[in-house]
This record gives sequence, C-alpha cells and structure tokens, in this order.
Amino acid sequence: MEDQKQKEEFFPKIVGYLCNWCTYAAADLAGSSKMELSPSLNVIRVMCSSRVDYNLVLTTFFGGADGILIAGCHPGDCHYDKGNYYARRRYALLKSILETLKLDPERLQLSWISASEGKRYVDVVNEFTERIKKLGPNPINRNAYY
Amino acid sequence: MDYLLRVEKSAEHGLIDFLKFLLENDRIGGVFTLRKTGADGAFDYGLIHDTALLEDAIPLHPFMPVNAAQDLSHFASMKKPIAVVIRPCELRAFIELVKRSQGSMDHFLMISYTCGGVFPFDVAVSGEPEKELPDYWESVARGQIFPKTRETCRACEHFVPMNADVTVSLIGETVNEVCIFCIHTEKAMHLAEGFESKRIEAELESPAIETLRRERQEEKKKLFENTVIRVNGLDGMIDMFGKCIGCHGCSRVCPICHCILCDFESHLFDYEPSMIEDELYRKGGVRLPTDTVLYHIGRLNHMSFSCVGCGMCTEVCPAGIPVAAIFMRTGEETAQLFDYLPGRDVEEEVPVTVYKEEELSTIGED
Repeated sequence: MEDQKQKEEFFPKIVGYLCNWCTYAAADLAGSSKMELSPSLNVIRVMCSSRVDYNLVLTTFFGGADGILIAGCHPGDCHYDKGNYYARRRYALLKSILETLKLDPERLQLSWISASEGKRYVDVVNEFTERIKKLGPNPINRNAYY
Repeated sequence: MDYLLRVEKSAEHGLIDFLKFLLENDRIGGVFTLRKTGADGAFDYGLIHDTALLEDAIPLHPFMPVNAAQDLSHFASMKKPIAVVIRPCELRAFIELVKRSQGSMDHFLMISYTCGGVFPFDVAVSGEPEKELPDYWESVARGQIFPKTRETCRACEHFVPMNADVTVSLIGETVNEVCIFCIHTEKAMHLAEGFESKRIEAELESPAIETLRRERQEEKKKLFENTVIRVNGLDGMIDMFGKCIGCHGCSRVCPICHCILCDFESHLFDYEPSMIEDELYRKGGVRLPTDTVLYHIGRLNHMSFSCVGCGMCTEVCPAGIPVAAIFMRTGEETAQLFDYLPGRDVEEEVPVTVYKEEELSTIGED
C-alpha cells in the first residue's frame, strides 16, 4: 500500500539537452503558443546535439536523473552541417552499452525536433515523461553503494 | 603475394637468424623484441641494434610484459626501419593507435606469428616459467588451447595476424624442428631477399588453425555467457566493480587508452565537498572513492569498439575484476553495430569519428 502510494506520487526529474538551433527554439515556440507541457523536463541548452558526449549523459544518469532526453535537428538539417550524424552514432553506441549491461536503456532518448515543431516538442516531452513515470524512479537515487 | 619460406631450424632460432640477417645486411636499424633481462627469469621488450644482443632475444616466448603497441608509438619514426616481433593482438592494437595518429606503419617491418596465447603474470613472474614451456609448445603443435594461458587468450579467435609483413607459423607446427615464414608484403619480400631458406608451396591456413579457432570460439562463448550473468543491471555492476579501488591501472596498461589526460583523471571528477554532501543526504550513503562504476562505463564508451582483448587490464587489476572479459564482450556488441573489427584495416576509420547519412534511421523518430 505504502509502495503504491509512493509510486503514485513519483514525479520524474528529466534532464533535456536541447540543441540551440532547433529544439530549443521549438521549446520557445511551444511556450509562446501557450501549449501545455509537463514540467518534468529540466532544460540544458547546448550548441549542438553532438556536444552531448557520453560523460555528460553518464554523469547525469549517475547523478540521479530519472530520464535523459537529447534533442537536435533532423538529419541533414544540422546547423553545423553534420553534428547530428555524429550524435546519432554516439547515441547508438551508448544505448548499446547500456543494453549490454542492462542499465535501464529506456531512460535515455534521442529525438529530432526542428524549430517549427513546437507541437512535436510537447508530445515528445509528455510521452517521455509518461514512460519514465511507468519505469519509476532511477534506482541510483536509493543506492548508497554507488 | 603470400608465399612460404622454410628453414630447418627451431622456430625461435630461425626467426633470430632472420633478424640477424636483416641487421647484418644493414636492411633495418634495429629489432624490437622480447628479451631476457636478468638471470632469474626476468624479461622485457627491448630495441636491439648490436647483433650480439640477439643472444638474449626470446621473440616467441609466451609472455606479455606490456602490450607492445604502447611502446611502438614511442618510436614511430626513426631513420631506418625497425623490425618488430609482436603478437597479433599487439599488432591490432597498434593499428588502432595509428588510426588515432599515435604512430605510423611505414617505419616498421611487422613480424608476427600464429599465437598460442600468453601466460598470466603469476606464471610469468614465478621465476620458473620455463617449466611450463614444453607443455605449452606441445599444445601449440597440436592446435589446442593451453589451459594455463590468460582467460582472454583462451577465448581469442584472432590469433592469426592481420596486416603483418611476415608471419611465423607456429600453430600446428613442430616448432622445435622447423621454422616457417609467410611473406605477405612487398616490403618484406625485398628485405628478405637473399635470406637462406627454401620456398615451399603451401598455405598458412591449416587444419590445426581451423580446429583451434573453433575451440577458441567455443571458449569465448562460455566466457561471455559467464560475464553476462555477472554483469546484470546496476546491482550486478556494483557487485562486479564494487571491488574497484579506482587505481586506473586498467587504463594505464590499455594500448588503446592513449589520452594524455583522461577525463576521469581530470578536475571534472574532483567533486566539491558540498556535492558529496548532497549525495549523502539524498541517498543515505555514498561510496568512496566515487565513480568507480561510472569510470568503467565511461571507458567502455570511449574505447570498447577498439578493444583487441589482449587481457592486460585483467592482469594488472589488484582487485581481481575480469575487466578484459567485460570489455571484450561489450566491445563485440559495439563494434558489430558499426560493422567494425579493431585492427582489421588501417584505412578503416574509428567508428565515432565518421558517419554515414543512410544509417541508424530509426533513431530519433520517437
């Protein structure tokens, strides 16, 4: 009973690394269009999705974030021509390692959201929040041995 | 291009004669090989110019004091070419370093051999490793796994050198009687010109190699299954790396980890007391030294796809963590992702430094 109550009250803390040139603008657009958005996302602006290296993601994850969202321009639309292609490879690599080690790979997501896709931004954040809610809190937060 | 040369001498003497021939005819400036250093069984890698010093050379002995790839990058360009005698995994590791601009293949004559594996340190430094040698060479001749070699060696299927100029055939050969060289490149052909030997019609690949490869693949499957069971989720990682004392010895000896300042040794991971205090209240307790699990996962991200499975990290781990098995296992997955094999081709680029427009197309759509 107690557990269930705790789970109901759980509100995830998600860290979002948003590309300055597209997703960050999409977030702005969502705001100025007064769309409703789950307040779970803590936004960190980066200059490109390829700025997000594995250390950033891992320190965020081991620092206790319940979910991590990386968002950047659609392939082919990178402000720096090819940054998001590198980001995509790095993401695939990181995800594969988390899968091999069975370290909750579902808590990590990469999404392409362009500057005009305010609606998509809202959908992605809300859906991701729902998914993390189902997964429950990051186990690292309760682990005194890490 | 490949052709075989036969010399009626033991493999080690045949090889030393070849090196002596190269030095005496001034075709190379020096030899990089394993050698005896002291009376009580000590050994190291060394550069040799004076042919008299070749007396102490033990180029084929199953020891690996360091992964030689690290050493090679220190003298990557000298006036004259250097002949190096190294294991297939060391050669593959060096190729990975060349891709990262830490060396060049041009100044070396790469001599490698079909490898039966190396002894762990405890056997190698026991003072009497010679005792194991007859059994070792016998199992090599029969194309069998020698049980006293390193865990990673027993599970290594890439024991036939890739990209060597010369390969000495050991697996399946009576190494006490005969020395067989396989000449792969033109560079090697020119250097070996005039060397007293008999050219024979045969292939390097043999049934013994085939059998050993199959055996090793079986062994690898077992090793991987074992590590998967032990590395399972956060709790599994803590069980496995909970013993880690944070010495970073595994990255010191890793031939791929060449960064002068590793992220994990930088100020990025020097936490303020207040940060540790925050963790303390949030989680009820904190492990110290911090970030031992993070360090290993970070390193997996940085270099696992280039892991050649030499096993040095497991060897030096004071806490007995099977680091190499975890890296080999994860590395195989990550390398497969990009259809990559470390050390296969020097022209192949490190996976995270390149991209293809048409790949991984499902990523980012959700």
